[in-house]
Amino acid sequence: MGLGTKSPSVHFERAEFVRADQAYSILSRIVTATQVDTIVHTFLVVDSTLVGARALHEINVIGTMNLLAAAGSASSPVRHVVVKSSTLVYGSSEKDPNTFTEDMTRSAPARTRVERSLVEAEGLVHDFAVDNPATVVSLLRFANVLGTDIVTPISKNLSRRLCPSIFGFDPLVQFVEEDDVVRAIEFVTRERIPGLFNAAGAGRLPWSEVVSICGSRLLPLPPINPRRAIAPLIGLGLFEFPDELEGLLRYGRGVDTRRLTDAGFEFRYTSAGAVQSFIRALRLRRGSGRTPASYHYEHDVEQFFRHSRSVVHEP
Amino acid sequence: MAPMPTRREVATKQRPTTDIVPLRIPSSAPEPVEDPRLSDVDEWGRSEHMRALARQLYEPIYSKWFRVEWEGLEKIPTDGGALLVANHAGAIPSDAPVIMHGVEKELGRPVYGMADYFFRTVPVVGTLWARTGGVSAKPENAYRILHDQRQLALVFPEGTKGPSKSFTDRYQLRRFGRGGFVEIAMRAGVPVIPIAVMGSEEAMPIVFRLPALAKALGLPYFPVTANLLLFGPLGIPIPFPAKFKLRVLDPVTFDVPPDQERYSKSRVMDEAERIRSILQETVYDMLRNRRSVWFG
Repeated sequence: MGLGTKSPSVHFERAEFVRADQAYSILSRIVTATQVDTIVHTFLVVDSTLVGARALHEINVIGTMNLLAAAGSASSPVRHVVVKSSTLVYGSSEKDPNTFTEDMTRSAPARTRVERSLVEAEGLVHDFAVDNPATVVSLLRFANVLGTDIVTPISKNLSRRLCPSIFGFDPLVQFVEEDDVVRAIEFVTRERIPGLFNAAGAGRLPWSEVVSICGSRLLPLPPINPRRAIAPLIGLGLFEFPDELEGLLRYGRGVDTRRLTDAGFEFRYTSAGAVQSFIRALRLRRGSGRTPASYHYEHDVEQFFRHSRSVVHEP
Repeated sequence: MAPMPTRREVATKQRPTTDIVPLRIPSSAPEPVEDPRLSDVDEWGRSEHMRALARQLYEPIYSKWFRVEWEGLEKIPTDGGALLVANHAGAIPSDAPVIMHGVEKELGRPVYGMADYFFRTVPVVGTLWARTGGVSAKPENAYRILHDQRQLALVFPEGTKGPSKSFTDRYQLRRFGRGGFVEIAMRAGVPVIPIAVMGSEEAMPIVFRLPALAKALGLPYFPVTANLLLFGPLGIPIPFPAKFKLRVLDPVTFDVPPDQERYSKSRVMDEAERIRSILQETVYDMLRNRRSVWFG
């Protein structure tokens, strides 16, 4: 069963969809009515350009709080909660260790809105896990996502001729491919693995290399207040430079994924592979003039297969 | 995503249409996807290509200007992790590049030089520093290099207190921090290899310091060097051609199990102090035998 505030953009094959917001009473009734045993929470917003400050807090913190409250009621049928979070909770600071393991905490307090709300939401998940020891809780922290379809501030920047960077800094960044994101969520859900996991493609690469793989060029911004330097261009929508990107473009971020790979998960893409996957899909979109066909569920065709007398049903 | 068996689904027991008419769906088994890396920058930001270039540029300084001489280089292992520890001196210390250059040239294995995270915050300098093997001196970083990757790390336990001291205090080793380097070596289960360096003090002696200016600029210290006073701005980056001699001492191992949660603080401090005094004694011994600052 799917739950969201917007109608799904593709037809679901077997799942049902409910359009609802994250109000506690609705969620609680849905949980009780359907007797769901697994909740996969993927609605945390990790891109501050998508929603305003208030909405970000409402969705990430209040939404998570309501969902977990609904899942943690006395007669709850829920046995497994999977939460999709981001490595943004580690932040980006000069005091950071080169590689964060799941047990390390960020070196400096969260300053950007999105990081603050994610830290708070993860705190709620942690409390839920402590209060409900019988429920399996899996929390996945994903590195910056790139891939064939996803649109993020980074992917928008990389798809342009010039891509912002901070002068004199060439940080090491890590990416995870969108297919690996789905596969990792599926993996922990299917295997019911409790715990906290970092998820990122193997290896990391300098920002300049990411930009040159994408065939773009660096636009170095002044190291002091880089955002202000291109503020008019951000206003025109030519560049994306949310607060949470500034730290990344200065100091980068690296995470250790051995815990997830030791549990048996195999990433299909390396960090550089994710960049490659993104740029190839972009080139195809540009070259073919229309969205390339991937698998889509066709409702009418399904009905035809199911009910038409022309389809030969083998015994 | 794993199908969640809702009650309705169980009730209707619909067969997927793929049972009726098979659909060829690509297998979800991960097949390796090519890795389109363009550079050889590793996860520490070090690039062997950049290192080779730096070695090429530094070689004349190393062998012609400083005329570096090593003693006991064979005590540095050719594989496995080891923590190199040395005394630190000179306003812009030449000991770090000399040790890194020497070990890489003679042993052919990389050395990660650990220094204050301050370098990361300086544009261009921070990037060049990382590309040529610099890593910020965090215990987590040292553990990963020594234990997980079994490489060589170089630390100066005196920190900035070493290079910021005036020429009148030359070759007087400062406090060895809080002994963190010993604890890391214990945790990683690697030996500490002390290296005594002679020549770094005279390469760039500090006449006096300007603490107020340092504070205003956000620098750890602001030295006024003899090089600056003699040659003006040109003297800022150029060291005097002091003769460099380095002596590698016997590896110090600790008879403790690795990967412990905590180590006895008194044991850690004892070991740190012992290593400091061996290094101090060795430096004095080398000074006793030195006839000339410039010719050794």
